[in-house]
Amino acid sequence: MKKRDFLKNIGLSSLGMAVMSTDALAGEMLDGPKPKPKVKAVSPTGNMPKLNYGRTKDEAERDAKLMAEKFLTEHELKTITVLSDIIIPADKFSGSASQAGVTGFIEFIVKDKPEFKTPMRGGLRWLDSTSIRLFGKDFVSITPKQQIEIVDEIAYPNKVKPEFSQGVNFFSLMRNLTATGFYSSEIGHKDMGYVGNRPNNWEGVPENVLKEFGLSYS
Amino acid sequence: MFDFQIKDPSTVYDVVIIGSGAGGGMAAHELTKAGAKVCVLEAGQYFDPADPKYITQMKQPWESPRRGASSTRAFGDFDAAYGGWNIDGEPYTTTSGTEFHWFRSRMLGGRTNHWGRISLRFGPDDFKRKSIDGLGDDWPIGYDDVKPYYDYIDKMIGIFGSNEGLHNEPDGIFLPPPKQRLHELMLQKNNKKLGIPTIPSRLSILTKAINKDRGACFYCSQCSRACLAYADFSSSSVLMIPAMKTGNLTLITYAMAREVLTDPTTGLATGVSYVDTVTMTEKVVRGKTVILAASAGETARLLLNSKSSRFPNGLANSSGVVGRYINDSTGASRSAIVPALFDRKRYNEDGVGGMHVYTPWWLDNKKLDFPRGYHIEYGGGMGMPAYGFGWGIEGINEKYPTRDGIKKAAGGYGATLKEDYRRFYGAYIGMAGRGEPVPDYNNYCEIDPNVVDKFGIPVLRFNYKWSDYEIKQAKHMQDTFEQIIHEMGGEALGKKPDAKTNYGLAEPGKIIHEVGTARMGNDPKTSVLNSNCQAHDVKNLFVADAAPFVSQGDKNATWTILALSARTSNYIIEQKKMGNL
Ligand SMILES: Cc1cc2nc3c(=O)[nH]c(=O)nc-3n(C[C@H](O)[C@H](O)[C@H](O)COP(=O)(O)OP(=O)(O)OC[C@H]3O[C@@H](n4cnc5c(N)ncnc54)[C@H](O)[C@@H]3O)c2cc1C
Ligand code: SF4
Repeated sequence: MKKRDFLKNIGLSSLGMAVMSTDALAGEMLDGPKPKPKVKAVSPTGNMPKLNYGRTKDEAERDAKLMAEKFLTEHELKTITVLSDIIIPADKFSGSASQAGVTGFIEFIVKDKPEFKTPMRGGLRWLDSTSIRLFGKDFVSITPKQQIEIVDEIAYPNKVKPEFSQGVNFFSLMRNLTATGFYSSEIGHKDMGYVGNRPNNWEGVPENVLKEFGLSYS
Repeated sequence: MFDFQIKDPSTVYDVVIIGSGAGGGMAAHELTKAGAKVCVLEAGQYFDPADPKYITQMKQPWESPRRGASSTRAFGDFDAAYGGWNIDGEPYTTTSGTEFHWFRSRMLGGRTNHWGRISLRFGPDDFKRKSIDGLGDDWPIGYDDVKPYYDYIDKMIGIFGSNEGLHNEPDGIFLPPPKQRLHELMLQKNNKKLGIPTIPSRLSILTKAINKDRGACFYCSQCSRACLAYADFSSSSVLMIPAMKTGNLTLITYAMAREVLTDPTTGLATGVSYVDTVTMTEKVVRGKTVILAASAGETARLLLNSKSSRFPNGLANSSGVVGRYINDSTGASRSAIVPALFDRKRYNEDGVGGMHVYTPWWLDNKKLDFPRGYHIEYGGGMGMPAYGFGWGIEGINEKYPTRDGIKKAAGGYGATLKEDYRRFYGAYIGMAGRGEPVPDYNNYCEIDPNVVDKFGIPVLRFNYKWSDYEIKQAKHMQDTFEQIIHEMGGEALGKKPDAKTNYGLAEPGKIIHEVGTARMGNDPKTSVLNSNCQAHDVKNLFVADAAPFVSQGDKNATWTILALSARTSNYIIEQKKMGNL
């Protein structure tokens, strides 16, 4: 993937804003217009989860087709699981990426957004070949300590040695997908302390918060 | 050869309306209420925000396998827009070196199911810009002509806001506005120091119930998903469904209008031919009066495609002005991170589906190097994490030491990374300017001679360029944004957009306020419609969307579409009573 200004990669929801009026959003969708992929009608195969959130017929067909498609291999998914748990491990507040279903999310999203396919597959190959070069085995087969040694080389974009630069882009993609997948899960919402998306009566900012900021409604 | 099937040859409707969005919905509502037999042709499918089949409101991001990403819907998986910038099989084109983006929704209610509900009246100056700055044209009507209809829709549809007594931001009949969110209070306090007014926004959302058919807002922040309680304005829930209940409305969905039919002798409209998109057959409905309300772009397309020996340039186009003067709002934006908001206390800050405060235009253009104003819309708060959340942290976390004062390298992983996400949550603000362009004869849409859509209907080709007026306005927006961010102690994200990018001015069409393609006027040589939105050339043909707009102020168009459509409907009812139609 071309190294891009990080801002270009920020969807507005990444700013965690409660509101950007959709009107304001109109001009700002940073990933821009997308041609609607052509889809042929397919009959869902296997035990597809039933999506129950207002899909149109075309969308339901597209989703069924994507879910039936197999792109990432078991080995690739295993590597993603290990990496995502290094990025978001369990801590005293919440569980880990894989506990929040991040592997399944990444498995789906690279099919849904095909622009991720090559960076993801190629990045995983890069990781395995680097691991073999340094430690003689692929990434999932080396010790956790050795895994961290490689991760430390690619986790810090501004400190990377030239021979690891491709790894940085891959790791940033993994970090972003992992974070997005984690925080958009139920575990992630709890971790973030997000308590909305439910009927309530908005009566303004709580008194103690107003006080903290020296603000008031009068 | 086409097999023109007459839908029901014995039926001649009083009125045939094309489109069920803001303009078509309002006309259908008013006319059916007055007892007219109305047929609405809608290209898209049925939609009712309260029907579980369609509901996305209050679904969780993890119910979507893409966590709400915008893979198929431009504004995300939960947005209530069936359509978008590109619709499979329904292309549009642009002339080389120009740009235009055309957002369409194919569904009952059109784009009002997911619009931002920002509902701003035009002010007295907005109808008389030429008299003020010599550019463009005045409307043939003024604020006082439209005011009764603004008052009517304020009450009938419902809107919150505050009466401020501002000359060009007229007061209305408002429900109480919701209290400000934290960043909105901060903005108000800061902007005050800068002399930038920041007042309660005006959104068509019911902070109190106004009748028994519609509920009150319960603050889920998701109006873009269409409200299952009908507590926000969608044409589907507030206009079309009530119109159907009168028993006077025949709604035909999946009906893509091809052209308006006319009588070769009288030159009057006799009905509309359309493609039944399910069976792919050609059909016709007959009507004594025809109202175009398929959105400004599509209305121009329909007129231009309705060619006959009597109307060789397209219907109602003896002036050659159909498609000309198309104009969209200007838009530019900037975001910032505000360290004062790091590690904030959590509470439910969803609020209504939109900002609670905004900045109306506050300066005098006579003292500036661009002729027209803009307003500012604000974003921020502790929103629902969904697809995109956390993206790009490697560009931010290096800049701010942790709570314990530890400086970190950009990027990273592990438990301390989780701390960063929590720390920055809800600490961003966004600003978007929405401004008035100067309508230009040389910005137009026309029929592309070479391209048809999948129904065989010739498509629109756009030719649109911004002028210096709009570019200088965008520059001013950017300067203002930085001023506001600086005053708040925030740090603007990304590089400040400069001349190379027109100061971040969004491409034409991107703000989705395209208007002006069949403008009204007193002179049939320079306008398509008279001041009642009636075609100069065809007296039983009317337009009820944003095509009649002579200019658009810096006010999002829809409240004025609704008011004008109500006014036009009223005129039609009067004319029918007088036997003139
Ligand atoms: C994300 C978003 C946010 C917005 N926010 C705001 C806001 O906050 N404030 C504001 O004022 N405006 C806003 N707008 C703009 C607003 O949605 C439009 O101004 C408004 O919906 C226009 O109403 P309309 O009736 O002209 O057209 P539409 O609402 O587009 O309705 C047109 C209808 O006609 C149908 N149609 C089209 N062609 C044909 C055909 N050939 N035959 C039959 N039917 C046809 C369409 O399917 C559609 O249902 C927003 C728009 C978007 C997309
Ligand atoms: S914010 Fe209020 S009006 Fe909007 S969808 Fe939620 S409950 Fe309905």
